[in-house]
Amino acid sequence: MENLLVVNSVSKSFGPHKALNDVSISVPKGSVFGLLGPNGAGKTTLIRIINQITMPDSGEVFLDGEKLKPEHIQHIGYLPEERGLYKSMKVGEQALYLAQLKGLSHNEAKERLKYWFDRLDIGDWWNKKIQELSKGMAQKIQFVVTVLHQPKLLIFDEPFSGFDPINANLIKDEILKLRDHGATVIFSTHRMESVEEMCDHIALINKSNKILDGKLIDIKREYQANTFDVGLQTDNEAAVTAALQEKYEITPTKFKSINDELQYRVKIPETSTANDFINYLTSKGQITHFVEVIPSANDIFIEAVNKNQ
Amino acid sequence: MNHLSLILKREYLNKVRKKSFIIMTFLSPLIMVGLFGLVAYLSQVNSENERVISILDESGLFSSEFESGDNITYKMLSNTSLAEAKETVRSSEDYGLLYIPATSKLDELSKSIVFYSEDSPSLTLIDDIEDAISDKANSLRLAEAGIDAQKIRDLRVRVDAKIETFQGQETSKLGSGIKLIFGGAAGYILFMFIIIYGNMIMRSVIEEKTSRIIEVIISSVKPIKLLLGKIFGTTLAGITQFMAWVILLFVFGAILTSVFGIDPSAVQTPQQQALEASAGGADGMVQEIIYEIANMPLLNLVIMFILFFMGGYLLYASLYAAIGAAVDSETDTQQFMMPILMPLILAVYVGFFTVIDNPHGTVSQVFSFIPFTSPVVMLMRIPFGVPMWQQVLSVVILFATFIGIVWFAAKIYRVGILMYGKKASYKEIAKWLKY
Repeated sequence: MENLLVVNSVSKSFGPHKALNDVSISVPKGSVFGLLGPNGAGKTTLIRIINQITMPDSGEVFLDGEKLKPEHIQHIGYLPEERGLYKSMKVGEQALYLAQLKGLSHNEAKERLKYWFDRLDIGDWWNKKIQELSKGMAQKIQFVVTVLHQPKLLIFDEPFSGFDPINANLIKDEILKLRDHGATVIFSTHRMESVEEMCDHIALINKSNKILDGKLIDIKREYQANTFDVGLQTDNEAAVTAALQEKYEITPTKFKSINDELQYRVKIPETSTANDFINYLTSKGQITHFVEVIPSANDIFIEAVNKNQ
Repeated sequence: MNHLSLILKREYLNKVRKKSFIIMTFLSPLIMVGLFGLVAYLSQVNSENERVISILDESGLFSSEFESGDNITYKMLSNTSLAEAKETVRSSEDYGLLYIPATSKLDELSKSIVFYSEDSPSLTLIDDIEDAISDKANSLRLAEAGIDAQKIRDLRVRVDAKIETFQGQETSKLGSGIKLIFGGAAGYILFMFIIIYGNMIMRSVIEEKTSRIIEVIISSVKPIKLLLGKIFGTTLAGITQFMAWVILLFVFGAILTSVFGIDPSAVQTPQQQALEASAGGADGMVQEIIYEIANMPLLNLVIMFILFFMGGYLLYASLYAAIGAAVDSETDTQQFMMPILMPLILAVYVGFFTVIDNPHGTVSQVFSFIPFTSPVVMLMRIPFGVPMWQQVLSVVILFATFIGIVWFAAKIYRVGILMYGKKASYKEIAKWLKY
């Protein structure tokens, strides 16, 4: 798959503090790319480098095959985590101003704003000042301004903060729609359920280093590690437990059940298959529960970060 | 439209449309003219107050010396004792009583004259009376000694030195005064401009930080463009306001004189009176003022005013912007304001004390080359004639420093605007320069 954005061994230091250490990522065209990492890992610095707000100490960034240059800012839409608008300026005027800074002409910007304002049902805010709006309302304006110039690359840093669930959903759908229309989205968040829902690819940055990246499914596969939650009814629980313990790594677990049974999370060796395992279990008792444990983005995040400590 | 003009336009319109800006634009000249009118009115009322002073001259020597003027009427008393005279004057509305006792020796007279009044009389009144008496007494003493007073008066030489430069340019004390007014006004306007609009720039930088819009903006434009657009936009707003003030001052002034009939010349400072006296009356002064102004290096003055004004203002404006970027709120600006205000205030002090005293002295010269004080000090010196090489050198130093400061301010600005919640110290800022 073709990459829209390629970050090639970028490093950046602030004084003695190394914010990014030789980080490389590739963002495929038309994907939603999750940029994850604990607080202070260097995500914002990386995003700022992509936006040419900060210059890297070393390494290169390519957008659509070209080395990043000032003209590229009009192909990027950026919604920073620390965001806001001029409080005493009117909504319409402000949106026009920001759109023109992104290179749109006055008329073009006005036309598109009309479209978006109608679409999000905020048309009558045009002459209101930002300070008269609620935080969620201001966020909507901010979203419109970010996507108005139809950028190839959209970067959202915690886009859902400040939205109620209804509006968060609305914005999520808008983001996915933009993706369907050909935009590529980089998405930085701590809300793992939205990563699960939206991202095709992720990269995980911890302590200035990239520790993980790739397709979300591939990563999950990598982390799935042949683990199953099983429920087994047997007359001789102690013996079965001892037998399982001898053959596999088991940890006690809890899941909802109407039966009285043994509940274990079992990791089977890579050489064996689920079928072998089921055959073995049937020889020991009645199987009441058998589920493969697929790691959630949350699990992967925590495990990868802890492993990296 | 390119970015710079877009930013400039927004900054300008944003300032000019602000309610506080509009109110201040109209209110400031109104208040100034109003206060001026009030003072003029009050002094008119004050001097309209006519005073009657009775004189009891027992010596009989001074009866012809006191001439009633505009505001003072002298009334000669005779055939009455001091006690009676005091009683009459007190019971009447008259202002006071001057008592000159009978005496044979003029020496004694000087100590024995008394002025009685309800409250303490003004110094000028007492001066006038003392002058009149001592003039007469002096002539009498001279006559006693057999000297003709008129002869002495004729023989007296009055010195009125002409002041002329080696190039043959004539000046006068009045000229020096006018130059001082020109230079002082130029320096002072610059000083005010820097403080008012420098602060405005700083606040607008802080506003962008606190409203968190800054990162949105600088993902579209380079910080240096934002910085410059901000400075120029605010400056244009400042010039607009200044022009409005000048025009409104004239308009309100005209209204004041024509509608309320208050004559602004009623407010005359002692200096003005002195200038008038030395120039031989008001008409002569107007002529001389025109002559002096025409003789000043006007073109030089105007060009240098523009250059120093721009250089000085931009120099300080970029520092103000850097401070705005370094802090999170206006209350944090205090520690950084002092180093900016100190050289400015120093410049004004040097200007108003040292330059007036000696426009080309060592102190004046040194401070007119230091870029942080040169705009004010040099502007005050130029009307007195400063060699061209000095002016050019000073401008060059100023602009070279300006470029350095803009570089420095831009660095602080670039890093500072993205620093939230960090309390900036000088040490921290020094680190930013290396980023």
